[in-house]
Amino acid sequence: MRILVVGGGTAGTIIANNLARRLGPETRAGKVRLTLLSASDRHMYQPGLLYVAFGQMAPDQLYRDEASLLEPNIDFHVDPVKQFVLDKNQVRTESGKVHEYDILVIATGSRMVPDETPGLTEGAEFFYTEASAVKMYQKLREFQGGRVAVAVGVPHKCPIAPVEVMFALNDFFKARGIRDKVQLKYYYPIGRIHTIENVAKWAKPEFDKIGVEYETLFNIREVDAKNKILKSEEGTEVEYDLLIVIPQHRGMEVIERDNMGQGGWIPTDRYKLTMNGHDNVYVVGDTTNLPVSKTGSAAHFQAEVVAENIASIVKIGSPVRDYDGKVYCFIEAGHDKATYAMFNYLNPPDLKPPSKPMHWFKLSYNQMYWTSVRGLL
Amino acid sequence: MSVTKTIDARDTFCPGPLMELISYMKHASVGDVVELLSTDSGSAADIPEWVKKVGHEMVGTEQVDGVWHLKVRKAK
Repeated sequence: MRILVVGGGTAGTIIANNLARRLGPETRAGKVRLTLLSASDRHMYQPGLLYVAFGQMAPDQLYRDEASLLEPNIDFHVDPVKQFVLDKNQVRTESGKVHEYDILVIATGSRMVPDETPGLTEGAEFFYTEASAVKMYQKLREFQGGRVAVAVGVPHKCPIAPVEVMFALNDFFKARGIRDKVQLKYYYPIGRIHTIENVAKWAKPEFDKIGVEYETLFNIREVDAKNKILKSEEGTEVEYDLLIVIPQHRGMEVIERDNMGQGGWIPTDRYKLTMNGHDNVYVVGDTTNLPVSKTGSAAHFQAEVVAENIASIVKIGSPVRDYDGKVYCFIEAGHDKATYAMFNYLNPPDLKPPSKPMHWFKLSYNQMYWTSVRGLL
Repeated sequence: MSVTKTIDARDTFCPGPLMELISYMKHASVGDVVELLSTDSGSAADIPEWVKKVGHEMVGTEQVDGVWHLKVRKAK
């Protein structure tokens, strides 16, 4: 049995390690071959980028060597995929190699695409890459007062990030002693301030308390960077002094190039996590087109299901579990407090009041993540 | 009227039906009709509100067995 995992992010790494442990005897006996392909030799803890943008983590704290995270019975290659040839059960890579598989896992993730919105790259700050997060911190540090606008592209990774940024901005400018010189404005795509109704209900009075003003049904159309004006699809215009944007995302280019899914999102069965029409191809994390949050948390819980099912196929010939839509997101709420949203397809989150222990747990998780991707937590 | 695409946003809390619709509309062609399936009770109000504000067109709203079927034509 040849199992090929494409993507060395959260989902791909957890699946490879989880399978390596579950299928140790089979790999040692040569009955199973487990291969992981990644586009990078480094693994980034992406939630840490928000802390980098506020000067609370250094960029080098976000990385580990991918090889150091992997079980020894994983055949690991840094070699990005050039083409998926699904009808032949093959994957072709940039180096020219052809990998054949019996079971394929696609966990290629997503990327921000600010260039698709006119003026956005020139006019806005982001924190979804190392370079943009460092630049955003420098802009925040230099800022002396005025209107800070935070707007949100669709679709985007980490749906909790927009509200967390507002709390972090309030804390940041208070600590600098210039909060009274800063107007915080929040622009959100749908008709309430967060897509999860219970998060919106909780965040609204919190925003009122710290003086965050908001406008809803606001989708970014373009940015006039020269005159510092943000324009919406709905026809409104906003002046800003500093613009921070949660950028629109797409799946990886190879997915679109091979016509595997519009926007780079692969049509996926929401319970089995198999690619529609391909029972031996699993899709996990940001890469799916599922109506599920694009977060490391969703990727983690999906990865556990997929790994258990693939191992079961090897051992007993059939999968054993469905994915129930589980997501668990920490929410940094400012003032060194945090809460969380846990939900699945059928049960909405029930938010608890933010607390300091939950914030400390989040800070601890920033380190525990490395245990998580090793498949131990 | 033929539906170009059906988006199954039933039983989802995040990103939710309207986010799914906004996301799809970015890639759709003018004239495409999308049918959104939603079990969110708020969809029957907030989706027409956004469609009207942004300048697309609602071409159907009905509830069948607890599922909202909302049809939207991309107008620009």
